[in-house]
Amino acid sequence: MAKATPSKQSSTEFHPVSAPDYLPAPQLRDLQLHRLKQMVRRAYQHVDLFRRRMDERKLTPDHVRSLEDIRKLPFTVKTDLRDTYPFGLFASEIRDVVRVHASSGTTGKPIVVAYTADDVKVWTEVMVRTFAACTLHAGDIIQNSYGYGLFTGGLGAHYGAEALGATVIPTSGGNTDRQIMVMKDFCVTAICCTPSYFLHLIDRAAEQGIALKSLPIRAGIFGAEPWTEPMRQRIEAESGIKAFDIYGLTELIGPGVGSECAHQAGLHIFEDHFYPEVVDPDSGEPVPDGQEGELILTTLSKQAMPMIRYRTRDVTTVIPEPCACGRTIRRIQRIGRRSDDMFIIRGVNVFPSQVEAALLAVEGTLPHYRIVLTRQKDLDQMEVQVEVTAEVFSDRVRALEDLRAKLAKALDNALGIRVTVSLVEPHTIPRSEGKARRVQDDRSM
Amino acid sequence: MKINQLSVFLENKPGQLSGPCAALAEAGVNILTMSLADTQQFGILRLIVRDPDQAKGVLESAGWVVNLAEVVAIEVPDRPGGLAEVLKVIEGSAVNIEYIYAFTFRRADKAVIVFRFDDPDAAVALLTSHGVNVVDPVELYGRDAD
Repeated sequence: MAKATPSKQSSTEFHPVSAPDYLPAPQLRDLQLHRLKQMVRRAYQHVDLFRRRMDERKLTPDHVRSLEDIRKLPFTVKTDLRDTYPFGLFASEIRDVVRVHASSGTTGKPIVVAYTADDVKVWTEVMVRTFAACTLHAGDIIQNSYGYGLFTGGLGAHYGAEALGATVIPTSGGNTDRQIMVMKDFCVTAICCTPSYFLHLIDRAAEQGIALKSLPIRAGIFGAEPWTEPMRQRIEAESGIKAFDIYGLTELIGPGVGSECAHQAGLHIFEDHFYPEVVDPDSGEPVPDGQEGELILTTLSKQAMPMIRYRTRDVTTVIPEPCACGRTIRRIQRIGRRSDDMFIIRGVNVFPSQVEAALLAVEGTLPHYRIVLTRQKDLDQMEVQVEVTAEVFSDRVRALEDLRAKLAKALDNALGIRVTVSLVEPHTIPRSEGKARRVQDDRSM
Repeated sequence: MKINQLSVFLENKPGQLSGPCAALAEAGVNILTMSLADTQQFGILRLIVRDPDQAKGVLESAGWVVNLAEVVAIEVPDRPGGLAEVLKVIEGSAVNIEYIYAFTFRRADKAVIVFRFDDPDAAVALLTSHGVNVVDPVELYGRDAD
């Protein structure tokens, strides 16, 4: 059965809401500067933390006269949001706040964010632009498996998909069997969820004898966690869909900060609303385009909770070349890693994405893995648990031992340290609907 | 001539063996013979059943990773030297034995041994040309008890 039927064709046609994506650069810069000045004034007036920090540096809103002057402004970090829990960073009266969201705090209090009615409109607009960039249109039937609730993913994607004019099925997360039933019976053409959850859906569907390739679904809008290019290829090969990366973070707005386009070659940042900078994480100084650094984001239009130079801890580069799609809003490289995903073992910095890339490079790709760190007799040990799949399983012990040795060697080459590889049964590594937690650090400090 | 043997991946933890066996029991599958290969970390449970495709479906729906491999059942005289004679035929050739194990029943005075060869077709041709009886699966499944 052919994947695309006339009513389910993807659209790379221009969508009117995407107009700002194509603003000529001089106009875009003027717009950004105008909004930046307004935002700084508002933040200075209404948010204690920002006013205090600017006063400490003898800065006033009038000091921001050009876009480069943004560098004079102080950074904001995650702990600032924790320290001002719950409403300390709001620039609006609570009666003007129509929505509050929060991220699940992994340690301590959650991060709380707020939206005025205008903020919700902006959020909806950037989500429509996200979906349009990912070739979705009003004829699509979109399954939204991002969690609905305090998490920004569910409602963010929902409002955008509805405004796009698509048919929206709010499945939220969980109940995988029902998700598959919906995907199949409701003729879903696109799904929104985390990439690791989608892998889980593929596997569970296969167990039920359903090949996603035979269903009408043609696109996945994946975000909320970092994922690698080999993982994308694995997903596309297994399911026959186009797997798009989208970018966002709760502190800025939720999903809708940036998105891939049909070319799947970097994330276009909706920079008329979110101003991007890339800096050296140690010095805080800007790095030239094309060089890696930490992504810093500033909201240009958010009212209830403006964010000035937020340190995302995401590592990326600005892609200097214009994109073939014609958008003038700049692209950044997909986020392969966060600078705080990193762990140190025996003096070596390791990022889970390095482990992922090494595993996927070995034949017979194995995407479900977990890193377990322990300390035995004062020596740190790193174990990589990998789930066995039908593709690599053999009746011969030697074949499995060879695979284990191959994986261990690939990891040794990639990381520079010896790790043990354990083959484990399928479904023993916990799945998650939110960000996949790849590292279990059992070393007691 | 060749039999589809089922193998299941098991982590080497207490209690792992009962899961697949219980699942098959519930589905009414009778295990004709089996063998368990173990390493420090994992085990491979190998099973001969009447309907390997059905059994594969049962185990996969319950979440196990399963593989089908072609093996050959060979009649071997049930007396000292019986197996050695068959092995001599194979050893002189280019065919390799990966592993073997025995069926739980006999045919008259013959034992039936399962062989996993690296090249089952070449092995079958070699053995039949030396007068060794390769047992057809149909004949095996005919007996439930002997």
